[in-house]
Amino acid sequence: MNGAARTRVSAALFRRPWLRAGLLLSGPTAWFVLIYLGALFLLFLSAFWSVDSFSGKIVHSWTLTNFETLFKVSAYRTIALRTIGIAAAVTVTDIVLAVPFAFFAARIASRRLQAALFVAVLIPLWSSYLVRVFAWRLILAKEGVLNWFLGQVGLGSVNIGYSNWAMWIVFSYIWLPFMILPVWAAIERVPESLIEASADLGARGWRSFRSVLLPLILPGILAGSIFTFSLTLGDFITPTLVGGAGSTFIGNVVYQEVGISNNVPFAAAFATVPLVIMGIYLLVARRLGAFEAL
Amino acid sequence: MDAACMRLSGGLDSLWMLSAGGTTVDAPGSHPSAAGGVTTPPAVALVDVRKTFGEVVAVEGLSLEVKAGEFFTMLGPSGSGKTTTLRVIAGFELADSGRVHLHGVDVTRSPPYEREVNTVFQDYALFPHMDVLENVAYGLRVKGVSKRERRERASEALEMVRLPNVESRRPIQLSGGQRQRVALARALVNRPRVLLLDEPLGALDLKLRQAMQLELKSIQRELSEHITFIYVTHDQDEALTMSDRIAVFSDGRIEQVGTPGDVYERPANEFVAGFVGTSNIFEQHGRTYTVRPEKIRLLADTDTDVPGAAGIVRDVAYLGSVTRYVVELDRGETLVVVRQNLDMSAEQALAERGRRVRLAWREQDAKVLQTNQQEVERQ
Repeated sequence: MNGAARTRVSAALFRRPWLRAGLLLSGPTAWFVLIYLGALFLLFLSAFWSVDSFSGKIVHSWTLTNFETLFKVSAYRTIALRTIGIAAAVTVTDIVLAVPFAFFAARIASRRLQAALFVAVLIPLWSSYLVRVFAWRLILAKEGVLNWFLGQVGLGSVNIGYSNWAMWIVFSYIWLPFMILPVWAAIERVPESLIEASADLGARGWRSFRSVLLPLILPGILAGSIFTFSLTLGDFITPTLVGGAGSTFIGNVVYQEVGISNNVPFAAAFATVPLVIMGIYLLVARRLGAFEAL
Repeated sequence: MDAACMRLSGGLDSLWMLSAGGTTVDAPGSHPSAAGGVTTPPAVALVDVRKTFGEVVAVEGLSLEVKAGEFFTMLGPSGSGKTTTLRVIAGFELADSGRVHLHGVDVTRSPPYEREVNTVFQDYALFPHMDVLENVAYGLRVKGVSKRERRERASEALEMVRLPNVESRRPIQLSGGQRQRVALARALVNRPRVLLLDEPLGALDLKLRQAMQLELKSIQRELSEHITFIYVTHDQDEALTMSDRIAVFSDGRIEQVGTPGDVYERPANEFVAGFVGTSNIFEQHGRTYTVRPEKIRLLADTDTDVPGAAGIVRDVAYLGSVTRYVVELDRGETLVVVRQNLDMSAEQALAERGRRVRLAWREQDAKVLQTNQQEVERQ
């Protein structure tokens, strides 16, 4: 009886692929809709509310005040531009570092070296983000390892601890694995024969890279850049720890507005800025044909 | 029974006159370079090439001359070094030792983009992010040919491989046969002096493959004044169909070089006899002989007025136009006989299984094989 019932259920499922898919996806879908999209929706919603300056309570009526403040107060504009600028610089830096490395790892290195490189890329991710940022603080400080080394080789010293330079270096380091891995996978997927065909047809190395390899790994680079760009956009710990005065990020403002001023609506409004920027970034990438080789 | 066997072996001797020496195979290498001329250097010359991958020796002691305008096939099982040889000619692999000459120029250390050869890859290697026209025009674009000219020449090449009207499609939208043609056009458009083809028809179904074989051959005939074709395949029928000359590869070495007639009818050794066709090998007086299945006459057991070897039909495979009989001779060897179904129905053919028969063939159709590989190695 039990067996017969089981057979009936499995047959019914077999005949209805949509039911199978539905059962399979119900859990993830619920999570996605409730937690993920729901939170995003609330974020957008609260961005249009305001806070009563006397009671400190949230006023649930529509207003564009938050966005007006964002655009009008030059400090906020500066912070937004700084955040975007450094995120872009970090992304470009990571692309420049990751592509040659991933190319070597995927195409030139022996199997054993490949495994070693893979572990080497991942190891930093096993340790705490905070620990690594603190480590960089020590390296970049005025009396730190970097200046000691520069002094040893007779190059004097630099004063880049607690600055935008420091943030650029630390962010580029911290997010590098997130660029290397998708680019590595993308390069691995390109058949060797395509590169050979290009050389066979008369193209030298650089030409083959530009005309064949690069267009084919663009989706991988783009995936990596979404990580590096958005992770930098949303960060507030690195600016706090290695950025000096005048290194405030959008994340820092959000943190302050929520934690100190208790102005959740304004924080929400500022937090939509990275979202909008990412949206624009993806649209531009699609326009440029970055997804065509997918 | 014993007496019958005795009588039979006596009969065998007199029929084949093997001790008198059947047709001995020509030494390999006696055919090439006969018409080579003094002035024209060979299109491709390999001299004592050796290539290893780690511990594995892919090719060794490989010397080869391909005449200009020839359709030259490198035939062999997988792992026999034929593809490695092709890649050494293309420049994708550099030989560990030995020399590679293209039209008399030493290109041993040259990169692929400096060699006047183009390759049709086994997987076609079409660029997925370019449409058909861009794929075909790629080589011209790299060389800086003007946009108008490369459009014209690419269209021309596509017409030559009979593939118009797909110029703006992506490779992924094409069938296997169409991709194959695009790959061919992409190589031909550069007017290479040597065209290398690495099992280009391997992924196609039989009908299409046969059609493409004939087409490739006709394209080559058309272009033979300008282009030499070097073709890699493991398919003996393909090799026999298209080639002017065939090099049979085994274990990183060349076993025999010759015309299709040479390698099929006068195989140099057991390997060639077995790989190009069915081997049908038997020993007689310490020498090894081979006889092709279609050269053997299948006679009734009662047909004793013609001398022959008696045996029993162990297996019958009806193949439509022909039937293949596996006959176990009383003296122990097993020979394969192929007979046209001229006056034979499928039922009649299949009914032969288990029958006693006699086999006979003309003495010149039994070839002596050199079993010692070293003798065959180099002339």
